[in-house]
Amino acid sequence: MEKKEMRAAYAETLIELGRENPDIVVLEADLMRATGTASFAKAFPDRAFNAGVAEANMVGVASGLSAAGRIPFAATFGSFAGRRDYDQFFLSANYARLNVKLVGTDPGVTAKYNGGTHMPFEDLVLMRAIPGLCVLEPSDPVSLAALVRRSAELYGCVYIRMPRGSADILYPSSESFEIGKSKVLRRGKDVAIFALGALMVGEAIKAAEGLALRGMAASVIDVLSLKPLDLDTLFALARETGRVVSCENGQASGGLGGAIAEYLLEEGIPIKFARIGVRDEFGEVGTQEYLQERFGLTARKIEEAALSLA
Amino acid sequence: MTKDQVAELEGRAKEIRVLTIDAIGHLGVGHIGGAMSVADLLALLYFRRMDVDPKDPRRADRDQLVLSKGHAGPALYATLALKGYFPIEWLRTLNVGGTALPSHCDRNRTPGIDMTTGSLGQGISAACGIALGNRLASVGSRVYCVIGDGECDEGQVWEAAMFAAHYKLDRLTTFVDRNGMQIDGRTDEIMALGSLAAKWRAFGWFVQEVDGHDMGAMDGAIGAAALELGRPSMIILDTIKGKGFSIGEGKVESHNMSFGAEEAKKAIAALEGR
Repeated sequence: MEKKEMRAAYAETLIELGRENPDIVVLEADLMRATGTASFAKAFPDRAFNAGVAEANMVGVASGLSAAGRIPFAATFGSFAGRRDYDQFFLSANYARLNVKLVGTDPGVTAKYNGGTHMPFEDLVLMRAIPGLCVLEPSDPVSLAALVRRSAELYGCVYIRMPRGSADILYPSSESFEIGKSKVLRRGKDVAIFALGALMVGEAIKAAEGLALRGMAASVIDVLSLKPLDLDTLFALARETGRVVSCENGQASGGLGGAIAEYLLEEGIPIKFARIGVRDEFGEVGTQEYLQERFGLTARKIEEAALSLA
Repeated sequence: MTKDQVAELEGRAKEIRVLTIDAIGHLGVGHIGGAMSVADLLALLYFRRMDVDPKDPRRADRDQLVLSKGHAGPALYATLALKGYFPIEWLRTLNVGGTALPSHCDRNRTPGIDMTTGSLGQGISAACGIALGNRLASVGSRVYCVIGDGECDEGQVWEAAMFAAHYKLDRLTTFVDRNGMQIDGRTDEIMALGSLAAKWRAFGWFVQEVDGHDMGAMDGAIGAAALELGRPSMIILDTIKGKGFSIGEGKVESHNMSFGAEEAKKAIAALEGR
């Protein structure tokens, strides 16, 4: 399958947006090279601001830029986007009803050798708690580019979670995406696997192929938007299959698994349910393969979970 | 400024204090101390220095104020009401459910409030962003920001201090309302600030220190700041917490104080009798 770096898709999209709209500005906290936006800074030196190693101030400045009519995209590692500037993003940006786009890179186990200090298992849980915030985790370079664009078009705060490295291209470049809409990648009547982000969508597709060999037909849903969650698709596939598995590269409680459980229970849809995600643990160092095994974020675990619902 | 102009501004400051005491007394509790200490500056900014239009509160090229010490909101509300942004009668709705005037400044609820603040340290970062955004849009207006001296305990203040100097935000004038007190006591007892002037100078700012209750001195400093190119300006205001509020003046307890309409009436009489 063809691959592309997610950060390249992010930076290219920002440059396109920057050409179209002089209000687009980019902020970084000494990670401009890591997130790929150095290319934006080269194209638009007057509209790229490095705040130094100061994430709280970066998000505060982004809020002020928004108050002055600009459209800021600020990025840092997801660990810091969630934890170091949460109060600033919560209050100066969201509570103030401004228009700040915050990008958290290196989600979950993709933080690899940076280890537990830099491994955000909690960012989605934190972000979900901010009223009105859109929380997105694109699954490939095409959906990332499209959702960055949708985010720029929307007035309001958005949190975008993305790995920096290469990801399989899942969609044709002509595919259209909307905030709050998921994509059904595969249809099967026995179980619905809802997966969030490049890593878990990839594992879910592999799991569905494995399940097919074992006589279980799985639907795979690329969730894309944790908030707002695509409830129409969730309810329809939950009713159709009666079995749901959630998959996320972060805490299983409070994120996607939590959201799905809440909505399905409230809607009164009787299903069998399993969650794939981190179980109340901190991250640690290792290769991504090691960490996926360590925290149970693999296709094999998804298959086992689906089969346990049969 | 002429004597008459100074007298007029002092009259405005007194009105701000009277209305603030009345509003908080009507409710029964509020952040009176830090509101009183900054009242003179607010009078000077809104009735002399700032180019604003109460009929068009979001005009893109207006001067802006970020009250980073957002708990002093009631003094700013009194100022904005006097300036004509909304009716004076609104002031007695302070903190009543559904009000347009919450304890801490909210840009979406109150006409004339430029930025939402309340979690200390955040407003100065936002002020940097507004100044930067204005520069990008070639808007030549000025951004004023007021922080508290207790607020200088927040690390974010110093992150913003570096940022403003690095990006040469010379259209940003920040004030420290140095009343020497924070919630738990005197600043030198709770978290000693040392020489604030030396600190801000070391961070690359143009620093002035003046009496925050002296209209002429403040006005001169604001004028000098406006002439300074290539670096942001800090004006450290020496003030008295609770200034003009007889029950709480100079007292640490005035930070957030309970008092009723009767006490407010007495305090207002004392203030007007001076």
